Amino acid sequence: MQNLGIDVLFKGTNSLRLLSGLWVAVRISLISVMISILLGLIVGVLMTSKNQILKVIFRIYLEIVRIMPQMVLLFIVYFGTTRVFGWNLDAELAAIFVFSFWGIAEMGDLVRGALISIPKIQYESAMALGMNGKQVYYHVILPQTIRRLIPLSINLITRMIKTTSLVMMIGIVEVLKAAQQIIEANRRSSPNAAFGVFAVVFLLYFLICWPISKLSVYLEKRWS
Amino acid sequence: MEKALLSVRNLHKEFDRNTILKSIDLDVNKGEVIVIIGPSGCGKSTLLRCLNGLEEIQGGEICLDGKRLQKNAKDISSMRQKIGMVFQSYDLFPHKTILENILLAPIKVQKRTRAEAEAEALKFLEKVGLADRKDDYPRQLSGGQKQRIAIVRALIMHPVVLLLDEITAALDPEMVHEVLQVVLDLAKNGSTMLIVTHEMTFAKAIADRVLFLEHGEIVEESRDPKAFFEMPETERARQFLKSFEY
Repeated sequence: MQNLGIDVLFKGTNSLRLLSGLWVAVRISLISVMISILLGLIVGVLMTSKNQILKVIFRIYLEIVRIMPQMVLLFIVYFGTTRVFGWNLDAELAAIFVFSFWGIAEMGDLVRGALISIPKIQYESAMALGMNGKQVYYHVILPQTIRRLIPLSINLITRMIKTTSLVMMIGIVEVLKAAQQIIEANRRSSPNAAFGVFAVVFLLYFLICWPISKLSVYLEKRWS
Repeated sequence: MEKALLSVRNLHKEFDRNTILKSIDLDVNKGEVIVIIGPSGCGKSTLLRCLNGLEEIQGGEICLDGKRLQKNAKDISSMRQKIGMVFQSYDLFPHKTILENILLAPIKVQKRTRAEAEAEALKFLEKVGLADRKDDYPRQLSGGQKQRIAIVRALIMHPVVLLLDEITAALDPEMVHEVLQVVLDLAKNGSTMLIVTHEMTFAKAIADRVLFLEHGEIVEESRDPKAFFEMPETERARQFLKSFEY
């Protein structure tokens, strides 16, 4: 059987480099996911408002995010702003900005969908008890919305984690880039490394995303 | 004559230019049980919803204890605490236990202490025979049980008037009785209530006054429910009551 080239990872600090690349990917997605969830909740509530101007603004925002490939957004924010506005953005910051920009829009839309799926009578019976708007949202609507949101947002989170592989295009050495570098550096000694190392990268992504989707199944069961 | 607890003057309600209620006048005295009947779409549920501020009114006024209700949020909230409402669908909060469902408003809206509110909640639960279900979730209860909890949830706010909007309409027949029994007990204890219902036997038994509504107007009003259900004065009410016979 052919050598799979996994042995490369045991040379020098290669495995450490791969793991620190993974940490970069996890860090970017974690921060972006947290920002997306927090602001997405607010945006989602605003999306259900009756204010026409707000509605149109968020509609355009959502469409931009949906239509534009994440990579184009990354390029605009990282390369585009440098010359035009003279910003010297840190690549990771640019990545977090783009991922949050994307996540907030999609999360907001999920929140909007979950909010309008709550029956009107839930609002009314809470109001009939004398609760004000804030109390109705905080005690009655949001807890139910969040339960409905869990499976949908987990899907978004894992998609965001996977899409961090794009950030290597703006020079961030995340797990995929680290893998590439390791393979390149060992091209002569282990020509088969591309298979083994990328397979390990696959496994790493799996190890990150799988527990998250397990958690969603668990929460869904507990709250159903 | 005693001053009315809740009085409605010339109430007018439109929805998309359709008139739902026109010039409704109504005085509700303390301890009185008023049953509102009428064909579906006659505006009886809308009337209750207007009284609770869930619907905006286009004309007229509603006074509670002689004080005219305003539209601002603070007034609406304090009015809603005084005017309790129970709806047709079991509208408990599905993510909270029975006890939490009942305690939410007294603690958060009326700022009562948990201990005091809980003691009262347990007393109410005892009365409706559901004390042992306090830690269950609404999905574990039958429709009739949920509706009894919804009544308790409204009662714990100490409303001066209780609005019941077809509270048995979505229940299986065998559960209707247990809910109506609770309402009958309330009436005996002097609660002031406005009840919209399709249960004519129940209406006859509980009502001090019957209002027959059609096309957004009070067509007939009777202070003698027995006589009304025997032989209403208006032809339209007669027709309506006839539709309940087989």
